[in-house]
Parts: sequence; structure tokens; C-alpha cells
Amino acid sequence: MEQVAITERMRAEFPDEILSSYSNQGQTAVIVRPGRIVEMLRWLRDSDDLRMNHLRSLCGVDNARRKDPGLSRFEVVYNLYSIPLRHEIRLRAEVGDKDPAIDSVVGLWCGADWLERETYDLMGIRFNNHPDLRRVLLPEDWVGHPLRKEYPLKGKVEWAGMTELLEQVKELDKFGFDPEGHAHGQAGPDQEEEE
Amino acid sequence: MTSPTQQTLEVPVADGEGERYSLRMGPQHPATHGVLRVDLELDGETIIECKPQVGYLHRGFEKLAENRTYAQALILTDRLDYIAAMANNVGYCLAVEKLLGISVPLRAKYIRTLVCEMSRLCSHLLWLATHALDIGAMTVFLYCFREREILLDLFEELCGARLTFSYPRIGGVRQDVTSHFINELQRFLDIFPSKIEEYETLIDTNRIWLKRTVGVGKLSGEEALALGLTGACLRGSGVDYDLRKHQPYDAYDQVEFEVPLGSDGDIYARYRCRMEEMHQSARIIQQCIDQLPPGPIIGPDAPDLVMPNKIPARIEADSSAYGTGLIRLIRDRTPYLTGDVYLATEVPKGELGFYFISDGNNRPYRMHIRSPSFIHIGALAAIAKGELIADLIANIGSLDVVLGESDR
Repeated sequence: MEQVAITERMRAEFPDEILSSYSNQGQTAVIVRPGRIVEMLRWLRDSDDLRMNHLRSLCGVDNARRKDPGLSRFEVVYNLYSIPLRHEIRLRAEVGDKDPAIDSVVGLWCGADWLERETYDLMGIRFNNHPDLRRVLLPEDWVGHPLRKEYPLKGKVEWAGMTELLEQVKELDKFGFDPEGHAHGQAGPDQEEEE
Repeated sequence: MTSPTQQTLEVPVADGEGERYSLRMGPQHPATHGVLRVDLELDGETIIECKPQVGYLHRGFEKLAENRTYAQALILTDRLDYIAAMANNVGYCLAVEKLLGISVPLRAKYIRTLVCEMSRLCSHLLWLATHALDIGAMTVFLYCFREREILLDLFEELCGARLTFSYPRIGGVRQDVTSHFINELQRFLDIFPSKIEEYETLIDTNRIWLKRTVGVGKLSGEEALALGLTGACLRGSGVDYDLRKHQPYDAYDQVEFEVPLGSDGDIYARYRCRMEEMHQSARIIQQCIDQLPPGPIIGPDAPDLVMPNKIPARIEADSSAYGTGLIRLIRDRTPYLTGDVYLATEVPKGELGFYFISDGNNRPYRMHIRSPSFIHIGALAAIAKGELIADLIANIGSLDVVLGESDR
């Protein structure tokens, strides 16, 4: 089905949820409200003429410095694809600034589990009803969400765990572990950047 | 001398309630293919719960890319899947080209297809080598590295690097292929199919190999799809999804090849899929060599570094000329198209997608990488549950993950 036709179908099915839609470089995106996102995605996945059975990607976007007018602070972007029917659509769910949260789609695609954890980890968007919403890439005691626009590229202070780690090294040194002497004793094999 | 850490090790003792214990496998375990840690809850040898932990190699590429120009961010993609860096480069370039509306000459498209398939061979050879080694077949490992070495030498001749190439450019490729390169590649293609048969004679009907792979890690098509698996892991379960056919890019619509499908969805089916893919890759490379059209290798509107082909020859050696080139790159004020684009390519590991948002600036507003390895490791928990710990090793190998891509 043509992407514009899919958009029309969505407009007919969820008239109050669709904010706007547009096409760019042959790809159509629909901007939607976050409230009924699970319902909408389930409908896209299960309708006989749509069958969007492959969740290609799920990611968060911080709109703080985006020039387009009328966007919320955050959005969650879903790229969907139908393997049997070979068509695609993009959904952009607008999420507000205060305690950004949206319903989890793990019930529809269990593979969304880690994608949502990643979005929570790096962008700080919470997913309601997620079975295990923890950080996935960063350490559990990390402060802040790096992909937010206000997060600096380079921090002013060392990671809090670093001092702890250095102290542990000192502790181990007391037991006679001598990394330099060890290095002199045997030269390691050339490290290759593989595996 | 015993070290104090050895003395304090706790030995798990079986209590009255059975032998349940937890085990942390990795991140330095050789069979986890990099820095993957798997936290296991075990009952004897059966896995009750499996929690993969990633992030040891997280370098913040998505954040870094927002602070670099499009041409600069290309080198980050080398470090995603460093086993098949060429495929990542091409995926990135294609996405940026679509985003910014840049055209690519036909010759460059063919060269890219060619190097992508060489990359796929490299990746599949390394996968077969380590996967077989994990299960206990040592010889295959050495055989595969032998052929992979030829490919790496060819890459070295093509662009000077063996692992991190940055050879494709936004709008084309960096430099043309030489006739020597083509001849050497042809020589490789002449011997390669017989080498695949050599690997197959070693393990295809090997009793140990069959015991370790047939019926292990079984996934139905629906399960694999719901878990988000792509690439050979999905095709092993019989789902016909190959982006080279579904949404052809570069010269894939100009060449003939088949997409091998499995039906059983177990480790053996995935193994057979990848072995067949190697045959198909060799076929694609052969067609690219035969059909390679003449013409330019980089488009006129490529927002690239000031490359030697644009600098007048007489000031080529002048360092100040390169200096201004770099300054121009950083102060690039070309107005770009705005909008967002999601473009996926079929890399050896699965579907590698780039989601870009451009706000007209010379840097991406947002770059999201949909990395197949990350999703495959996420799926490991569901696949390994209830199976034996020895099969976990086979499963990790079969999913074909690389941690550089997973952690980004």
C-alpha cells in the first residue's frame, strides 16, 4: 500500500490521535499523540491490509533545539515495516517535557524491550508497563541522560566510580600485585581489534 | 604463590534445595565474542534465567555524531562492526545521501556493492571460524582465517586499511579500483567456491557438529520476528526478509542472486543460510566485476573533505592547502535539506538502520543507529532460557554478534 494511503487509513481510524503527516524523500511520517500509541501500533500490526509486523527501530528524539514549530520537547519515533506487503510508515509520538513517559510496546514486540531500555537510558523517556526498565548501556549509577541536548559533550568532573576504582587498585597493590614487573616479565601478544 | 583473591573465592556448595547458583560469564570470556557479560541463574547445567549485560564498549557515537559534520561522522561507523566496517560505511553514506539528496555515479554504486559483499565474506568467515571454534572445531578456524587474509590484503590494496576503511564517501567512493586489484579479486573468486566446500566437508555432516547444532536454539518465524531478529537469524526461521531484495540500494537491483532460506530455525539452519550466502556473495562480486561500468567515482555535489581530486596538483603537497581544506570542512556553511530519513541496509549481521534528522545545519540533528547486534543480544535472554549452558555458547555464536556495534 502507498504510504499516503496508509496515512489516510490511520486518519479514518484514529481521527483524534493524528496531529499531522508529511512526506520527505519518499518516506511518510505521521505525528501522533502518545495516549493511544499501543492501540495504534497493534492496529497497524494486526490489520489485514497493513500487517506491519516488523518494528524496525524505536528511538527517542530531543526537540529542544529543533526549529520546526509546534513540537513537544521529546518524541519517540517508531519505524514500521511490513515484510509480507513490503510497505513502511514512521510514527512520531509527541511526549511532553515534564516527566516524559509513554506506554511500552513490549507486549506487541518483545524485541522492543531493549530498544525502550536504551531510549530510557540515553534520553530519559520512561516507558509505562515496561517489565524491566533499567539502564542498559551506561552504568546503573550514571547521572543524567546523554542524548538530551543540554547534556554536554565533555563533562567537567571525572566519573564518580573512577576514584573508587583507583582506590581498589591501591588496595590490590598492597598484596604485592605489581603490574609493571608483570609487564616486563612477558610481552603480551599483539592485540588485534577483533572478536 | 597464591594471590589473596584466590583465597577468598567462594565455592558454591549444594544446599538442600538443589544446586541452584548464579554465574557471571564474561566480560572476558573468550566465547562471548568481545566484552559481553551474561549473568546466569543455573540449576545444575540448565539456565533458569539469563541476563545479558552490555555497555562495556559504549563510546557515545550517537552523541558524538551530533557534534561532527556529516563527512566527519563517517569514521565513527568504522568502529561499529569492525569485522565488516565497509558495510557500515556504505549504510551511513546511503542514509546521508538520501537525507541530503545527493546522487551517486553508477561506477561508485558497483564498487560499493562489490566491497560490501567482500565485507560480508570477511564477516561470515570470521563468524564461521569463531562459531566452530566455540563448539570445538579447531581446523575450520585456521582455514577461514586463511581466506579472510586474502580479502584483507585486497582491502589493504584498495584503500590502505585492513579493518577501519572509511573508503566509501558520501556521494561515491574515495578512489578507483585498479586493474591489479580486480585481477587479484578474480583469482580469489576462482578458488573461493572450492574453499567453501572444504569447510563444508569438515563440519556439514560432522557428528559432533550436528549434535551441537540441530534442534538447538529453535525459533519459529513469528518468534524471531517479534524478537526483532534480522539477517540470517531471521531467514534461518524461514522469513524471507533481505533488504537487498526488499529495498534495493546501490547496484543490488542490477545483479542476480538468491536469498537462502532455512526452515527449522535452529542453529544448523542459520549455519546453512550463512554458508549459502557466501556462495551468493561470490556470485554478486563476479557480476560486479563483469559489469563494472566506466565513469566518475564520486558525485559532483558530494559534501566531502577537500579531496586531492579537487585540489590543484601544484599545491597538493602544500600543508596550508590541506589546512584550509580542514577549516572549510569544519566551517561548512552549505545549506542542507531538512527533514528526517530512516534507511536500512543488509549488513552481514542483519538490518543496520540509520535514522537521521537534519535541521539544515551541517551536522546531523540526531543520528540513531539501529544495530542488529544490540537487538540480537537482547533476544538472547529469551532464546537461552531453559536450555543448557553449553548451548548458550553455541547460541551466542549463532546469533553472530559484535559488541562494537551493540554498544555503539
